[in-house]
Amino acid sequence: MTRTLKDVKYGVPVKVTKVNGEGPVRRRIMDMGITKGCTITVNRCAPLGDPIELTVRGYELSIRKSDAAMIEVE
Amino acid sequence: MKTIALVGNPNSGKTTVFNKLTGSSQRVGNWPGVTIDRKEGRIKGMDSATLVDLPGIYSLSPYSPEEIVSRDYLLKERPDYILNIVDGSNLERNLYLTLQLMEVGVPVVIALNMMDIAKAKGYDIDSKALGAALGCRVVETTAAKGEGMEEIKKVLSTLSKSELPKPVRFDDGVEKVLDSISAKLRPDVPEEQRRWAAVKVFEKDASSSEYTDEDFSSEIEEVEKAHDDQSEAIIIDQRYNAICGIVSNVLKQPTTGKRKTASDRIDDIVTSRIWGFPVFFGIMALVYSIAMLEGSPGWFATDWLNTYIGDEFIPMVADWLAEIGVEGMLYGLIVDGILSGVGAVLGFLPQMLVMFLLLVLLEEVGYMSRVAFVMDRIFRRFGLSGKSFIPLLVGTGCGVPGVMASRTIENDRDRRITAMTTTFMPCAAKLPIVALIAGAIFGGNPLVALGCYFGGILAVLISGVILKKFKRFAGEPTPFIMELPPYHTPSAVSVGMATLQRGWGFVKKAFTIVLLATVLIWFLSSYTWGLQEAEIIDDSILASIGNAICGIFAPIGFGKWELSVATITGLMAKEDLVGTLGTIVGIEIETAEGDLWAWLNTIVTPIGAVGLLAFNMLCAPCFAAIGAMHRELGGWKATAFAVGYQCVFAYVCSLILVQFGGLLIRTDINVAYLIMAIVSAVVLAYFIIVKDPLAIVRKVAGKEGAQ
Repeated sequence: MTRTLKDVKYGVPVKVTKVNGEGPVRRRIMDMGITKGCTITVNRCAPLGDPIELTVRGYELSIRKSDAAMIEVE
Repeated sequence: MKTIALVGNPNSGKTTVFNKLTGSSQRVGNWPGVTIDRKEGRIKGMDSATLVDLPGIYSLSPYSPEEIVSRDYLLKERPDYILNIVDGSNLERNLYLTLQLMEVGVPVVIALNMMDIAKAKGYDIDSKALGAALGCRVVETTAAKGEGMEEIKKVLSTLSKSELPKPVRFDDGVEKVLDSISAKLRPDVPEEQRRWAAVKVFEKDASSSEYTDEDFSSEIEEVEKAHDDQSEAIIIDQRYNAICGIVSNVLKQPTTGKRKTASDRIDDIVTSRIWGFPVFFGIMALVYSIAMLEGSPGWFATDWLNTYIGDEFIPMVADWLAEIGVEGMLYGLIVDGILSGVGAVLGFLPQMLVMFLLLVLLEEVGYMSRVAFVMDRIFRRFGLSGKSFIPLLVGTGCGVPGVMASRTIENDRDRRITAMTTTFMPCAAKLPIVALIAGAIFGGNPLVALGCYFGGILAVLISGVILKKFKRFAGEPTPFIMELPPYHTPSAVSVGMATLQRGWGFVKKAFTIVLLATVLIWFLSSYTWGLQEAEIIDDSILASIGNAICGIFAPIGFGKWELSVATITGLMAKEDLVGTLGTIVGIEIETAEGDLWAWLNTIVTPIGAVGLLAFNMLCAPCFAAIGAMHRELGGWKATAFAVGYQCVFAYVCSLILVQFGGLLIRTDINVAYLIMAIVSAVVLAYFIIVKDPLAIVRKVAGKEGAQ
């Protein structure tokens, strides 16, 4: 099974291998800098377990776990 | 006259640059068709140069209304120059927008902003090399301290219109297709926009049909196969790759590994699993106690202004009018209609300014996005996102700023639903109604007020579920892809400007829609059908309207004309409901509260009182709030839908409460009303549970259409 951003350990940098998904949401995720080959660190999750906060290209971004599951990582 | 478009990411310091460059010469308007502020102003110290502040955006892809507005403006209205604010402490993502701006065929000047933060992070940026790589002039700025503003003006006044940036090149496979698209673009595509057009056609953007009639799908498909990705994604990938190449040449970062910034450390507490909610409730309690609570600064200021307007200003004007010989209808119109009506609304201004100030502060500091982050999980269950919580909270003070606070929600559908439902919360002006009913009927039980707050939240959440099923709000669950900007100390000027702009919006409303509406209500309640002045309110047009419609309210427990009239006057300001009842009963409520209570007990049963309360909490808000909804929803049709929904929803809820409540305690049972209530409950449950409740309506309509 491929590993996605949803499963990675907090605080450990990972490399993106593929961004799945469709249409505007996928485009938005990529517009925000999550593209093939970039490095992402998941920092924490919200008090209720979702969404998550991550560092990408030097800034903090928050996405839901359901969207994180679209991002494959090494 | 030169026009310069100000473009940049959210949180790049764009507003600060705008304020510094234009000073007090700002005008706020609206972009056509959307409720996004359009700000423009003259640049100080430059000859006839107008700066147009475009909304903060991350990309020119048409994902949000902000992006569509910006893109249309740049391509169709074509400013002379683009001033692109780039956050120097966050180069990679900021340059992504820059790369797109370079394709629209307008000279671009880059303000490399927040240089102080970049330097504090240990960044060493070679701005000359950056300018050379992009073919743009680059100015280093720290807008918060006013640094670099003169240089921006200097560059803007010497820039030639032919100094176009050099768009970055994609890989050979992509460029080959772009070349063949360029050759077959329509002749009316302007020379400098041909690069943009070719890229859009390659991306299969919805706008590509504007640029060409040819079909390039086989060529594009070939490239897509080679990259194993969609053309749109190939472009994004290669843009970011190009940025990485540029940044590695111009930026030297300290290699000491990732240190925790102050912002990270704050977030370790503020958004942590343990402290996230306590911190959130603490801050909200603080906001509430500064702006709304009895005895707080906000409350005190409003109390003072209300007293001043009511006891001094209006009597003063009234005396003066009497002195100069104004009397009769004109006197009544000015004193009882205009001054009392508008005065009642304006009296809330100080409290609102305090509230706006606190909200702007929380926004500028960066906490609002954390609220959304913390609350998202809860609100998503009901089809909304975390950002919807803030307006509700503000709405417990006053619905007007509550509705206006919905503007911070990017997603159009969520923003509309939130703007429509915020006024379900019991605002300060509804509290006298709660107090009257709790006091007169329920012996002052505090559970009545508590029930109103919980009922309000419940009504919002249920409405979220229901409204998402209407076509105008339907669609995929809203994605939640949000930047959490670093915390920072906002500048006093930015906070002050934003607060005053919101306050001014409120004042404008008081003098337009509220003025008209209060004059109408005043007229209806002061005149008879024969256009004679009504001696007592019982003879007025309003009373006869009340008589005509009070049957409607019988099933929800208060079919008396006095209560119908009071409910209508509540549209002016909710607390007027109590005042009207006082007028009708013919006693000063201040001096004889007990009499009004006793009277209310004679015309309404306890169950009926529940209906009266529930309906007035949930139905159409006061005119000021309806005006705010009109502004946020962007049109009268949408506003009518909203008010209609609120009234129907209020009616259904009251009906269910009153009739089932009556059944429970075995009083007031009326079989016809009970059947109405059962049908309503079934329909309500149907709307909540069934995935597509309107399908059955469409089916019936479709069948009829077929026959």
